[in-house]
Formats: sequence, C-alpha cells, structure tokens
Amino acid sequence: MDHFPQAWGRPRDDIYGSYNPSYLPHNKGGYQAHPNGQPNTHTQSPIVTGTSVIAIKFKSGVVIAADNLASYGSLARFTDVKRLKPFNKKAVVGFGGDVSDMQYLDRLLSSLDVQENYRSGSSGHGDEEAENRAMMSAKNLHTYLSKVMYKRRTDFNPLWNALLVAGLDEKSTPFLAFADLLGTTYSSPTLATGFGAHLAQPIMRRAVPDEEASQNLEREKAVEVVKQCMKVLFYRDARSMNVYSMAVIDENGVDLKEDIKLEAESWAFAEGIKGYGTQTV
Amino acid sequence: MFRNNYDNDSVTFSPQGRIFQVEYAQEAVKQGSVVVGIVSKTHAVLAALKRNAEELSSYQKKIIPIDTHYGIALAGLASDARVLSNFMKQQSLASRLTYDRPIPLAQITARIGDRAQTNTQQYGKRPYGVGLLIAGVDAKGPHLFEFQPSGVTQEMIACGIGARSQMARTYLERNLDEFEGSTREELIKHALRALKDSLSQDKELTMENTSLGVSGVEEDFRMYEGQEIANWLETTFERAEEEGGESMEVDT
Repeated sequence: MDHFPQAWGRPRDDIYGSYNPSYLPHNKGGYQAHPNGQPNTHTQSPIVTGTSVIAIKFKSGVVIAADNLASYGSLARFTDVKRLKPFNKKAVVGFGGDVSDMQYLDRLLSSLDVQENYRSGSSGHGDEEAENRAMMSAKNLHTYLSKVMYKRRTDFNPLWNALLVAGLDEKSTPFLAFADLLGTTYSSPTLATGFGAHLAQPIMRRAVPDEEASQNLEREKAVEVVKQCMKVLFYRDARSMNVYSMAVIDENGVDLKEDIKLEAESWAFAEGIKGYGTQTV
Repeated sequence: MFRNNYDNDSVTFSPQGRIFQVEYAQEAVKQGSVVVGIVSKTHAVLAALKRNAEELSSYQKKIIPIDTHYGIALAGLASDARVLSNFMKQQSLASRLTYDRPIPLAQITARIGDRAQTNTQQYGKRPYGVGLLIAGVDAKGPHLFEFQPSGVTQEMIACGIGARSQMARTYLERNLDEFEGSTREELIKHALRALKDSLSQDKELTMENTSLGVSGVEEDFRMYEGQEIANWLETTFERAEEEGGESMEVDT
C-alpha cells in the first residue's frame, strides 16, 4: 500500500518508470530538452521591426505619429502595419521595435480593456461623467506597461519594443511617457523612439523647448511639427516609409488617421548633399 | 442524533436547496456587535459599537483602515476579518504599484466576494464568519459596499450589520432621503443615531465603545476614536435628549 495520497491514481513508478517531468509546464518544473544540450534561449534580437514613434504634448492634448512600415532586416516587408493602438478615449500606445511583440502587447491591452469595461459596467451607475473620470488613464496604462516590460526583461525574455504612451492623465491633463524593453521609463513634452530620437527630437525641441512651451502650444502647430518630423524621418531614416498614422488625443477623445501620405515630397535637396560614399567633395 | 444531516460541510446542498454552513456563517455575523455605514454625495461614514470581553479588557477593534482612500468595518469573527483585511491591503498596494491608482472600491469588493464564494464551493473549506462594510472614495466618488460570508456583495446607500442591527436599519430607512444631500457632520450624526438606536436600554454610546471612520472627496479615510469623538457624541445626543424630554411631557 502506498500511503502517500499524491501518488494515488498515478502510473506506478516500479512498473512504468518515473514520469518525465520535462513535459510538465515550465512553472511546474518542466523543461524542454534541447537537442544540442544548450540552455533555452529567448529573443536575442528583433525580427520584423517598426521604426520611430514620435509625439508632442500641446496645450490640451498630445499628437503621436508612426509610419506604417514593418521591415524584415533592411527589406521593407509590410507596408500596411498600424503601429498606433488606441486603448480607450484617453490613451494611445505607439510601438517601435519587434512587430510580433507589439501584437502580443496589443492582445494584452485588449484583454485589459475588456476587464476594465466589464468592471465599470457591473457597477450599473450609468453616470457617464463618473465613468469617464474612473476610466483608466494614459498614466495608469503607462505604469502598467512599464511593469510588464520590466518583468519580461527580468525574466531574460524581453519584449523588444520601445513604447510611447500618449493621452490624458486622471486629471485630464496631457500625458506623454516612454517605456522600453529594459523597463526604462521617462517623460518629456516631446518624445521619440529609435532613429527619431536622433533625427526628429531636435526639431521637436526647437518648437517645444520645455514644459511651459508645450502648455502654450496650439494643436495645429503641434500637428504641423509632427508632420515636418515625419518627412525628415522619411528622407533620412532608411527603414521608414511615406505613409504614416497620426493620432491626436484630447478631451474629445482619440482622433486617429491611419493612411496619411507625406505632403510635398521632394528629393531635390539630395544632389546638394556632399561628403558620403565615393565623392571627393 | 444529529439535528441536521446536511450541515457537515459547505459544499452539500440540503434537499430544500440550502447550504447550512453558509447560513451558520451568516449567524456569526449577527452575533457580532453592530456597525453602520452611510454615504452622501461627498462622504462615506462608518460607525461601530466596540465590545470588551470583560470589564478589565480592552475593546475589540471594529474599523480597519485599509488604504488611504477607504476602510472597513466588521461584524463577526475578527480573526477572519484580519485575513480579509490583510488581503485587501495587499491588493490595494498592488493596484498602486501596477497601475499607479487607488483601487476602485467596486473592484476590491468583487475580489473579496470571489474569495469568499470559493470557500463555499470547495470541500474542506469553510465560509468566512464575518460581514464587512467597505466605505471610501474612489475615482467614481464615495461608495459603501456590504460584504456577506456567502460572497454576496452589494452597493448600499446606508447599511447596518451585526447584533440588533435591525433597529439601526429601521432608522436608516426612515431617514434614507436625507443622506444624499447631507454634509459631513450631518452624516456622522445620522450614523451615530442609527448606531444608538440598535443599543439595548441599559447601554449607551461612550468615547470608549464607539469608533468612527470618515472619508470624503479630497479627504483621506481616517478612524476616529476616544477623545476625538467626544464632541460628536455630545452634540448628537444632547438634542435627542431634549426631544425625548418633550415627548415625555406630551405623554403625561
């Protein structure tokens, strides 16, 4: 008689041999035997990638933009990838980096949104203003996403993204913050990920040097600067394209346009550029 | 030999469709001393009657602040309330850490409701023997929730649970229409009067045996005890005594 209840109802070790625990789920002590005896590895580099995301805070909201290209290395593989994901009326997330990780995070955010709406629906108040106030803000969302990113890098299995979270905080003031695969976070009136941090950020800072300038900035001006930056990025970033998405988030909600063509595109300036390749000035 | 064959565990229905263990747990709530909660448009108030096991002992704690924005009042097994309040404290901190926001009261109430219900559905477990009033303010304004050992939770405008709480509920029902527009001070007085109504003839509300918990929009949840509530007790009941005096004159 086997007196240990945990062994009851299981195949007997003395007849069938002991159970191979490698088939168990990872958290129950399972492990996948690797053919070449190497340890398990996680993402070491992104595969299909999106390039920069840029955003500017203005007087009453935030403008955020990212182009519609997903590159496979240097190949412009997909030209219709929407990298701005609206979460609710108060928040939009812009994704740079690995596209499959972006899709994972998008599904994570969808389920979070379902949970949130299920909860607020169940209270049955019907007071729209209170519902609006209690809605998860861009700040709440950014905190959550930054914890997700930090958790995954701590597991040595990072989500290979750089994110911008744009929208309104719980007091309905404009909010803009960054989070990336290392779990790093920071905030500024203008933000850009990837190449944008080098090419677009200086242009945006010229228009919005500090917090005070962003509080005086009109929506039209902010949109104009972002459009100008998207053009510079298309000219100078080789992993970019001339169709992009742009969202404006303010008290009226999210205004998202997903197929904006670059205006007045002209490469005439290119022949004037000197100092590259085989030219000898 | 047994009075009842279907009350040995919390997972077996009686032929009448009842689960006796859950009903016994609800009896435990009725053994606890009374607690009252009321909300207005701007405030949420808890009032509780504390008991001491004997003359020389201290009084059992009835109100537990959980987070800065809310607290609970308990009736029933204090040790079960301690388990639940620890869980609530932990969940509240988790919400602040992961989302940087105070946990919505409807959410924390649903969490403990789910936990309590699970206990009524697994063999070898028992229901919590405690009822709670959860009061505070979140992004949607002031709230009061009632929690029962069965896992039932309800949002309330005013509520009383515990021994002889029917008397307190009668007071609350009579004055129901006044609560929504009440000020902070009026709401506290209503809560104290409701509490007083549930006392037996020979008992009185004193600084020692009364606890208050108050929170409001832009006001963190705080517990008031001892000397801090002396003023409220005085102002609430001097007028009541005058009224009592008048009605006695009418009788003679």
